[in-house]
Amino acid sequence: MTLQNPPFQPAEEKARPAPAGSGFRASAQRHLSKLVVAPSFAAILVFVYGFILWTLYVSFTNSRMLPVYDLVGADAYVRLWKLERWYVAIENLLIFGGLFIGISLAIGIVLAVLLDQRIRGEGALRTIYLYPMALSFIVTGTAWKWILNPSIGVQEFVRGLGFETFTFDWIVQQDTAVYTLVIAAVWQSSGFVMALFLAALRGVDQEIIKAAYLDGASLPRIYWGIVLPSIRPVFMSAFVILAHLAVKSYDLVVALTGGGPGYASDLPATFMYEMTFRRNQIAIGSASALMMLATVVAIIVPYLYSELKGGKRV
Amino acid sequence: MSSLTSSLPRADGAGARAARWGLYLILLLFAVWYLLPLVVMVSTSFKSLDEIRTGSLLSLPRDISTDAWSYAWTNACIGADCRGMAPYFLNSVIIVVPAVIISTLFGALNGYALTKWRFRGANLVFAMILFGSFLPSQVILLPMAQTLGFLGLAGTAGGLILVHVVYGLAFTTLFFRNYYVSIPDDLVKAATIDGAGFFQIFTKIMLPLSLPIMVVTIIWQFTQIWNDFLFGASFAAGGAQPVTVALNNLVNTTTGVKQYNVDMAAAMIAGLPTLVVYALAGKYFIRGLTAGSVKG
Repeated sequence: MTLQNPPFQPAEEKARPAPAGSGFRASAQRHLSKLVVAPSFAAILVFVYGFILWTLYVSFTNSRMLPVYDLVGADAYVRLWKLERWYVAIENLLIFGGLFIGISLAIGIVLAVLLDQRIRGEGALRTIYLYPMALSFIVTGTAWKWILNPSIGVQEFVRGLGFETFTFDWIVQQDTAVYTLVIAAVWQSSGFVMALFLAALRGVDQEIIKAAYLDGASLPRIYWGIVLPSIRPVFMSAFVILAHLAVKSYDLVVALTGGGPGYASDLPATFMYEMTFRRNQIAIGSASALMMLATVVAIIVPYLYSELKGGKRV
Repeated sequence: MSSLTSSLPRADGAGARAARWGLYLILLLFAVWYLLPLVVMVSTSFKSLDEIRTGSLLSLPRDISTDAWSYAWTNACIGADCRGMAPYFLNSVIIVVPAVIISTLFGALNGYALTKWRFRGANLVFAMILFGSFLPSQVILLPMAQTLGFLGLAGTAGGLILVHVVYGLAFTTLFFRNYYVSIPDDLVKAATIDGAGFFQIFTKIMLPLSLPIMVVTIIWQFTQIWNDFLFGASFAAGGAQPVTVALNNLVNTTTGVKQYNVDMAAAMIAGLPTLVVYALAGKYFIRGLTAGSVKG
């Protein structure tokens, strides 16, 4: 899920396998190496790539309740893009993804910079900021649902303080339910973004900072002008991680809104599940799954490619 | 690792002190925001229903009552099954333990083979395995459901173990490979000259060096699999469901009086294992999160 540094550090080709010895034994050992990787690789070939092709195939049939294997062309895609509900899911993904990525990045950077000011109790604070990542959203969503519920949560609490007309009922309103997803998702992931940036900040060359300081640059200027530009690659990594998390978001919706009210807070992941397993529209569900895959590939592949080509390390 | 500004002199004076106070205030406010849901969960789970009705969201329990906890553990109804969370908690344990062990072992072997006995195409093989870590699960749900049915594993713990092992391989292989890349090849070379073979080198040299990455991988896999909801909801039926699915069923049951304290206690029960692991070994969990940096 998460990769700060280039996940793919090409092992230097020139340094050939350690036991470079020629002869029967070394070559037998290298065959053994292939044999050891083979089961995993075969499993990945079948369960990842084979299944992608399988889903692709099903998306070109008119499968309803059970998968059938007669090809009927792109019918399911045509029907998918005519569904009002799919547009709601896509629009929600754009709103949710945009806000989630933007706010998480902003909070993550601010917290990282603030935590980097020789804070007492830094370790404890870091632990608190990051714990949401260790818990399933099905668990923490139980609390969020209650906090956001107008009749028992924050709204009721503030009204109890004497502000009788205070209203915070986003979760039950069609046009605002999606924003409650943003609140909870930012809560869960922003601490993680903080950790990424904090690690990067600690890797910046201190001598440059010192030199800039002696030249009379103020601390905000040093951060804005020198530090942040020098950790630019982390922005890219964080963006890619958050973007692909946004596309895959599922637990969040199930735990908080169930896609509701109605289907007002559906995301593609919940749309796919609904179509495939509840509405007997397997072909449409498969088509939507492939749309999700295409989106993730569009985000990931250029990133991995640039990491590979540049060979730069964050 | 030290603070970026640690080489700079500390600022003095009233202004600097005020800024310092402001800084701590902001950091503490964020801490409160992050802690809020956990505090609400814990405090509500120890309240009686009466107290929930009369008290407020943030009030601490007046009389600490563990009734909700024991009810959630042994009596709460998950659907029509009123045996509480306990059997589902056990299901999760039965799924998580073998899945973590198997996927970690394969990850270690793969990482070792891909770095120390590089065959032609090893980098391509790794890239293809790695892609699995970004895969949106939706794209494999239907074929997986069909395949599990075909294998006779539909709705069973065995089926979920298989699923978690397969889709965990990308992460475990990534972790071990990036760790082993930084272990000098000369070590392996020297051992081969001494006549050690593939598996001997793995067990005698690599594994003893692997403790940190082993911990990172096990904690990562444990957290991921324990917290999984989508696979559990898609592939496990009735009594074989993992704890997250049971929790979701419990919380979304609409019949009868809503027992918020029981909901919260059940949520705490489902979350406690990963929370405890995080509290004890958070450092390793964070290293898993920032996967690429484990080598440094």
